[in-house]
Amino acid sequence: MSRIQSCFAELKESQRVALIPFITAGDSEPALTVPLMHALVESGADLIELGIPFSDPMADGPVIQKAAERALEHNVSLRDVLQMVAEFRQRDAATPVLLMGYLNPVEVMGYEAFSAEAGEAGVDGVLIVDLPPEEGGEILPLLYAHQIDPVFLIAPTSDRSRIQKICDASRGYVYYVSLKGITGAGHLDLDSVARRVSEIREISQLPIGVGFGIKDAATAAAMGKLADAVIVGSAIVNRIAEHQGDAEATIKAVSSFVGELRAGLDR
Amino acid sequence: MIETSLMPDENGYFGEYGGQIIPPELIQIMNDINDAYDEIRHTSAFQDELADLNKHYVGRPSPIYYAKKLSKQVGGARIFFKREDLNHTGAHKINHCLGEALLAKHMGKTKVLAETGAGQHGVALATACALMDLECEIHMGEIDIEKEHPNVTKMKILGCKLVPVTRGTKTLKDAVDSAFEEYLKDPVNYFYAIGSVVGPHPFPRMVRDFQSIVGKEARAQFLEEQGKLPDIVMACVGGGSNAIGLFTEFLPDESVEMIGVEPAGKGLDTPDNAATLTLGSKGALHGFKCYNLQDDNGEPLPVYSIASGLDYPGVGPQHCYLKDLGRVRYESVDDKACLDAFMTLSRTEGIIPALESAHAVAYAMDIAKDMSPDQTILINLSGRGDKDADFVAERLSL
Ligand SMILES: Cc1ncc(COP(=O)(O)O)c(C=O)c1O
Repeated sequence: MSRIQSCFAELKESQRVALIPFITAGDSEPALTVPLMHALVESGADLIELGIPFSDPMADGPVIQKAAERALEHNVSLRDVLQMVAEFRQRDAATPVLLMGYLNPVEVMGYEAFSAEAGEAGVDGVLIVDLPPEEGGEILPLLYAHQIDPVFLIAPTSDRSRIQKICDASRGYVYYVSLKGITGAGHLDLDSVARRVSEIREISQLPIGVGFGIKDAATAAAMGKLADAVIVGSAIVNRIAEHQGDAEATIKAVSSFVGELRAGLDR
Repeated sequence: MIETSLMPDENGYFGEYGGQIIPPELIQIMNDINDAYDEIRHTSAFQDELADLNKHYVGRPSPIYYAKKLSKQVGGARIFFKREDLNHTGAHKINHCLGEALLAKHMGKTKVLAETGAGQHGVALATACALMDLECEIHMGEIDIEKEHPNVTKMKILGCKLVPVTRGTKTLKDAVDSAFEEYLKDPVNYFYAIGSVVGPHPFPRMVRDFQSIVGKEARAQFLEEQGKLPDIVMACVGGGSNAIGLFTEFLPDESVEMIGVEPAGKGLDTPDNAATLTLGSKGALHGFKCYNLQDDNGEPLPVYSIASGLDYPGVGPQHCYLKDLGRVRYESVDDKACLDAFMTLSRTEGIIPALESAHAVAYAMDIAKDMSPDQTILINLSGRGDKDADFVAERLSL
């Protein structure tokens, strides 16, 4: 069983909902990332999504775009991100880490090299935003072979056969994007999320994460009633942006926010 | 011989290039567009409407012009232009914009959006949308807005919403990101009418098909007027739509040499160029696999060209494939040679070309002098230079 799978198995046992924070690696400076990851775990994260900075993040809203820009100012590369995960692993052998990013850096590094090096660094899952399962013919077998779980996005517009295809290719969990369009935008519609989540459950046994647009403990709690995991990105990245240049303040602000989310979910 | 009618394959690949490198939710939407396109393209209603617009609205067929004075001045091969600069809206872009807008309308899309570099695609799309009562939104980099001011004004007059792009390079690459972000807000109801033979399948195929009228006309016209095929056909390459438009019909003609001309900017040995096929490596950007100008980490480079419409780090997948096959040769021309050609063509023939097209003219002038007068070069004069006039005048202190 992969680290992600056993994480969800344990959560299910204790009837808890997974809290998955997203941060961009290297935001707002490279030295902050590993301490921040540890702080996320200490304040209640079950799994971490770590963004690979990319200059043309076509499916991300302004908040996460800016995070990538801040990281790229420090020239944070995919190999640097893997290095950060390896460093995180020295102190934390349990918390699953999923990399989230775009295909080109992976393509340029080479699928085989990426899968092997990511596995070695202690990466547990990969979500390549612009890689649909149809285009995964080459990379998916390599990821599976290195015990890395590929995770795909399911959108409100995905129909049954699409959901089936995505679930077939996914390992670990699937990620339901609860809002139309890009990250960090719009308003939640709990009823429609509930309908879609139960539709996905009819198709697949995989745990379902719901994300995009969860801003506070109350929305996290409401989402937590529907899904197996809630993913919080922009709201955390906003706090990193607010405290740029002050590592201690950043960690404090993010920890306290993640603590609130945890409390909301556990209530 | 290359079976071009079979390109791309059913997954949108030209060899190893192209495909659909997009979030999974968009696959269905792209496939719907592909299906709708396949459904209407053979119907006589669609063909008749497009043919009627091409004739009475765009002014097709565009003529082929023998540039006698230019040829004489250069000395050597005879140089001909396919006059896409004479089209309504001043460039070849209208060819695919009418097709894309008709398709969007047929599919019941409520809003059409796109990026633009030089503003030619933006103007052409805004024009097509005005004609077809479609809402139109164009994303354009701030740097290009300043440089291509006349086109910006036209887009406003035509009633489209112009969104200035302030992020990243503030040019074409980031305009694509920005337009795509807007598109993702409602891809079911919006139509992203991409401005070249780039983007996810089916766009490289569809835009090529709409542009291939250029080569169809040109081949027949040239044969009729000259009694033979040209020795060389040539076009500038940004994303590659005007080039593929001219080349497609000639691909099976093995005697015809094909040359695509890329922008060398301030020089191939400087970072300030956009010669993607000349210097790039394989990657994936903006929804498709292609040669990219990128660093070792797979970050697209902040490319540059004096011609805003050529200023792009990727290139159409079919061009990548044609390069690997060796069927088309890709060369480059720097800013200075482009400006020289711009002025020379203006003053010898009274034709002010777009800076994009001037790249092809410059390369033709360069090789024509080593050829004989019974040889011929046919250039796609993809657009006119009205949009560039003020910029060039200032640059050359005219
Ligand atoms: C006149 C003209 N030619 C060429 C181009 C480059 O595009 P493509 O390579 O797709 O023909 C542009 C783009 O704006 C243009 O305006």
